[in-house]
Order: sequence, then C-alpha cells, then structure tokens
Amino acid sequence: MVNMIYFDNSATTKALPVVLDTYRKVSEDFFGNPSSLHAVGGRGNEVLQSARKQIADLMHAKPDEIYFTSCGTEGDNWVIKGTAIEKRPFGKHLITTQVEHPAVINTMKQLEDLGYEVTYLPVDKRGFIDPEDLRQAIREDTILVSVMAVNNEVGAKQPIDAVAKILQDYPRIHFHVDAVQAIGKGLMKSLRNPRIDFLTFSGHKFHAPRGTGFIYMKEGRHIAPLLTGGGQEDNLRSGTENTPAIAAMAKALRLLLTDEDQKVAHQQAIRKAIYDHVSQLTNVTMFSQLTPDFAPHILTFAIAGVRGETIVHAFEPHDIYISTTSACSSKKGTESSTLAAMHVDDSIATSAVRVSLDEYNTLAEAQAFNQAFDQIYAGFTKLMPTA
Amino acid sequence: MNYSEIMVRYGELSTKGKNRQAFIGRLHGNVTKALHEFPDLTIRPKRDRLHIELNGEDAKAVMARLAKVFGIQTYSPSVKVAKDMAAVHQAVLDLMNETVPQGASYKVNTRRSDHTFALDTNEMNLNIGDFLVDQRPDLKVQMYHPDYILRVEVRREAIYLSNQTIKGALGMPVGTAGKAMLMLSGGIDSPVAGYYALKRGVDLEMVHFFSPPYTSDSALNKAKQLTTKLAPYAGYIKFIQVPFTEIQETIKATVPEGYLMTVQRRLMLRLTAALAAQRGGLAIVNGESIGQVASQTLESMVAINDVTTLPIIRPVATMDKTEIIKVAQDIDTYDLSIMPFEDCCTIFAPPSPKTKPNLEKTRYYESRLDVEGLMQRALDGVKITEIKSSDEFMNQDQDMISELL
Repeated sequence: MVNMIYFDNSATTKALPVVLDTYRKVSEDFFGNPSSLHAVGGRGNEVLQSARKQIADLMHAKPDEIYFTSCGTEGDNWVIKGTAIEKRPFGKHLITTQVEHPAVINTMKQLEDLGYEVTYLPVDKRGFIDPEDLRQAIREDTILVSVMAVNNEVGAKQPIDAVAKILQDYPRIHFHVDAVQAIGKGLMKSLRNPRIDFLTFSGHKFHAPRGTGFIYMKEGRHIAPLLTGGGQEDNLRSGTENTPAIAAMAKALRLLLTDEDQKVAHQQAIRKAIYDHVSQLTNVTMFSQLTPDFAPHILTFAIAGVRGETIVHAFEPHDIYISTTSACSSKKGTESSTLAAMHVDDSIATSAVRVSLDEYNTLAEAQAFNQAFDQIYAGFTKLMPTA
Repeated sequence: MNYSEIMVRYGELSTKGKNRQAFIGRLHGNVTKALHEFPDLTIRPKRDRLHIELNGEDAKAVMARLAKVFGIQTYSPSVKVAKDMAAVHQAVLDLMNETVPQGASYKVNTRRSDHTFALDTNEMNLNIGDFLVDQRPDLKVQMYHPDYILRVEVRREAIYLSNQTIKGALGMPVGTAGKAMLMLSGGIDSPVAGYYALKRGVDLEMVHFFSPPYTSDSALNKAKQLTTKLAPYAGYIKFIQVPFTEIQETIKATVPEGYLMTVQRRLMLRLTAALAAQRGGLAIVNGESIGQVASQTLESMVAINDVTTLPIIRPVATMDKTEIIKVAQDIDTYDLSIMPFEDCCTIFAPPSPKTKPNLEKTRYYESRLDVEGLMQRALDGVKITEIKSSDEFMNQDQDMISELL
C-alpha cells in the first residue's frame, strides 16, 4: 500500500493521521454528551461549538448558519425534502439538473411520487446547464432550485453565479448548491455568492472520517427537520452530536483550505500532465477539459471499445486505483447518468473512467500513471475499433 | 492606509472648569490602560486633544480599543507627511482613494500652526482642491455638509491629513465619578446597568451572590465572564463573590413564602452596602427595571431599599426589556446572559411572591433572623478576584481545543 497511487478521491479520501489524532483525543477527553448538564457534557459542548465556529469562520459564515449532518447524502435530502415540507403551502415545483448526484436526483424522484413536480434541466455536450433554461423553467409555484457546483462525474463547474443572478429576481425560491465536490477546489468565491441559501458538504471528501458532513443554511431561511428527537442542532437535526468526527472534520477543513490556491494549481498541473498524455491517443475521448470551467481534480475519459470496469481492473496490478465515472453507480454496471445527459453514445459512455485527485497526489504519480496507461492501452489495441 | 497617528478629542469634560486637569489625567490613564497591548505607541495628552502616535502599530486594532474608552467624543486616524507638496498630493490621493467612494462630496479644510510654511491656509485649500479635481473628477466639492472633510494640519514638524471623524464612546472617563458596587446577577439587565454606570465615569466593583450547591460553578463562571465584557471599559474590575447559601436556607426556613424574596433582597442589599462601606463605594448600582418582576415594583423597592441610605442607581429602571436587550447585544453580554444556569435569584423563588409587600411586615419577618450573624459569616467568606477583558472563565479548555482543531 505504500506505493499505491490513489486516484479515486472523488469517491472518498484517506483520513489524515492528524485528523484521526483529533478524533481519538476528542473521543477520549471530550466524550461527554454536549447536551448533558454536568461539566463533562459542558466540555463536549465546548468542542462542538468551537468546531462549529471554526467551520463558520472558514466558510465566511456565522456559527448558527452551520448544521452538522452525517454525510453529503443527508445534507442533500434534508435541504430538498425540508424545503418541500416547509414550503408546501407556497408551491410544489422544484428545479434541478439532469446531472446531479443520485442523492439529489433520487430525492427529487421520491418527491415526484408524493405529488411534487420536478424540472430536470438538460446539459449541453460539455456537461453544462444553460442558465436561460432555468429562467424559462421558473414558475409561480417554484420553491427550490438545486444545482451542483461541480459535477462528480466529469468535473464540470455549473454556472452557479449566473443561476444566482437569475434568482435575484425570485427572492422567495430556496437556492441549494450541492458543493460536495467543490470544497477546497478554488470555488469559495462562487460558493459564498450571497444569493445561495444552502450548501451541502461531506467530510470524507476532504480527509475527515466517514459519517460527517455539514450544511450551510443562510440566516433567515427555514427548512423542516428530517430527524426529529432531542432537539439538537437548534431543533433542526436531532441525534446526539458526533463530536469526535465533527472536531476532526473542522480540523480537516482548516487543513484543506490552507494555501488552497497552491493546492488547486498543483492538482491542475497533475491533471494536465495526464490529460496531455492520454488525449493524444486516437481511441481516447476526453470528457473533462483543461478549461477553467472544469474543476482541477477530475479527469474523465474513455477508451473506445473497452469497458470502463475493464480499464479500472487493468490498472490494479500497477497498484493504481481509478474509478468508473462514479463510485455510487459503478457497481450497478449502469452507464453514467451525466454522460447520458451529455448525449454521449452508450457505447462510449460505458467505456468511461474517472481519475480524481487530491492535494497530496504528485506529478511523479501522474508520470507512473501515464506509463501504466501506455502499457494498458497497447494491450487493448485488439479490442479497439479499427479506423 | 498607513496611518501615523490617531487624534482623540475629549467629550463633555471640555466644559468642566477646574476639574479639567484631573479629568484629562484620568482619561490619559484609561487610554494607556486600554492600549497596554501596543507597546510601541506614544500617547501625548494636550489641552483639548490626545495624540496617539502609532509608530507602526495597527491603527484598526488600536481604534477598536479606543471605541470602548468613555470620555472620548471623536477620534480621527491621520497620516503624517513631509512638508513637501508632492508628498502631500500623493498621500491625499492614497487617502481619498482608499476611504472615499465614487461620487461622494468633500471639502478641504486646512489649519496652519506653522505660519512659516510657503502656502497659507487658503492657498493650501486651493492647491489640494485643484489637485483632487484633476485626480478624482468623480468627487463633488461641497462647502456645506459635505460627506467628507479632508483636514490638513500644517504643524511645525510635518503635515497631517485626515478625513474621518469617528464617534467615540462619549460619557465621562471611568473613575472620575468615584466608585460604586454593581449587583451582578448573571441576567440580562445588570451588565447593561453596569455599562451605563461606567459610561458616567463610575468605577465599578462587582458583587455577586452565589449559593452552592443550589447554584453551580457554571453560574459563578458566567458572572465572571460577564465581568470580562465590561472590563474593557474600565481597564480591570474587581469581582466580589459573596456566599449566600446559609442566608437563603435560613430565610426559607423562617420567613413566609410570600416574603421570601423581599427579605432575601434586603439581605443582599445589606451585604452590598456593607461591602461599599468597607471598600469606599459611594453608591450601589443594580439592574432593576420598574415592574419587570415582583421584586421590582415600586412597593418592593420601598420594602427593600429600606435597609440602606446609600444612593441606589438603577440605570435601566425606566427602560423596556427590548431596549435593554438591544444594549446587551451591543455590548456583547446578551449571549452570555441567556445561558441557562440557575442563579441565586431563581432558586427558592416562590410561585407567587408578593408584588406589593408591606414594609412593616417585611421588617417584622426579617427581625426574626440573626441578621448580624448571617451577614458576618457571609462577609467572612467573601472572595475577591481581579478580572481583565482577556480572562476566560466559561471555556477553560479553549487552548486545548484550539490545538485539537
């Protein structure tokens, strides 16, 4: 495992040792239930509130705008269903995109079963929605617009600022941005666009332990809770707070956002090294571009004629780990929903694989990847279509 | 902007004839105390202003502290420039670009104490005005009520520029009005009352009653933490904690329920008055607001006030709760005050206290107690701590937690 090259950071990241130190110390020294009256509980609460304040400061938000969750999926579910419940008297129409993460898409589908109407905005060939389509889709009874900041399958950065600008004219509509893939990737300015009401984050995508996440909820906005109970998180998300993991996440977020610009440039350089190498080959189709409208850490491409899972497995003997387009759908063998929405032909969509980086990957790893790629590519020539 | 000094103008004290020197001296001392974290400053008190030379210290941080010093009318950060018109122009442009938005109006106002300088007052005004008309054509010159007044002072050693006049905390320098005892419970009202007393120049000592085990350490720490919020106005504050358990238990056992609270308050007031006598306090300040609770009706005040002839200052007596809360938020005590710890006013609180206690009955019920003995034992158990604004009582693990995060 020492020389392993892990290029599947959009699926999950490895928790950092210093982050796990925090997890362990908080578990041992601050284990009290933050709701307990006694001093041990008070110490637990102190950690919890300090973590909340640190995350709020890092996000340029107020502490009472940060709510802890168990993961990105919970955040997406909460904002969408919470809005649907809260704003039911005002309308039952929601707008999202065809390329959202299943945590959004399938939540929307569930709401459709319950009588809500959902508009799924299409994307162009490169994977981007057209803000004008959004403008057309808005109705009198629209209660929520949910658009991801960075697509998890190809890395396209959706035009969040343009969407925000349109929504300026519709102040009552909740605007949710799934930012799970966007944090630490140089998008803070867009994410803190003042028109955004909700942001969803997941801890394990930035070296925090599994089972952590948080949402940002702008002061003055309200959504119904999904988890009711003991009244934690300002009565909006009950359940005993996962203090050790929350503290670990606060630390991971601080580390992630330290020197963010340099880390972004570093990932861009690695991505470019791979892009420049693989894109020259005739049977390779690139779905991610090097242009600024793509995130710095995701590179998705296909080798014509070779199934994605075959490519993933071919890299394993080299101790290199990449993914078919999304870990969440990869085991089901279905083709990528984002590529389908981009009108990529099924035959090529099933050949897609994704390389996803973190700030700890290196250029040397990119070179090792490129060498392995050449060998694998040569081995597959028989499978490839002849020109 | 690299400001080189902050000019502080005195408040009301300019009008106070012969005490003037003492007032300026006290303000100088208070400013020095408030700015003790900035060792490089030079503070020079003058007849009607105080000059704070920054010597490289951060103007913003210094002004944040000044904002909490009572007795200051206004203050202005200013830039020191060599007596050379090219340098003046450059500094004027930098200052205006950084502080004055597009389209604002302004005028130039020159004062000259160095009459040997080549340009006189009018020539300076014209010269700088001409320069700005060329460089910032978006700005409007306006003689009456402009948005900004660019003040240019030609002094012997240099020229000083400033265009902002920031309102200070007003009031009187703390300490000029003598000392009083603040009855600090932990609620919303008493810190606000303390703030207003400080604003009138009253030096305060906190008196806090605690009743372990009925009240927790958290409640005591909360009162101390509240004191840290008032400390920036006063430099530091003495916190006097008075054990009150025996008195409360005795009253509970001896006095009829309806008069529990009234007698208890009398004992608190007696103790505070005794502490004032010991410590040179001239008055008692509390957070009572007329009619807010049973102990704060005028009838209750009569029955309670009966035990002392010291003046009792009630700064928030006539304020609405919402007004008090607003101030509590401004002085950053509100979030602490609403933390839910039992204090000694709420334990043993009868379900229906007398809102109109009878003075004679009150005296009678109290007379059944060994008031002197109870008081003596409470006073013997008094503990006094000095509290600074940087002290931390609520979150004592904060250093450890910061390291973890």
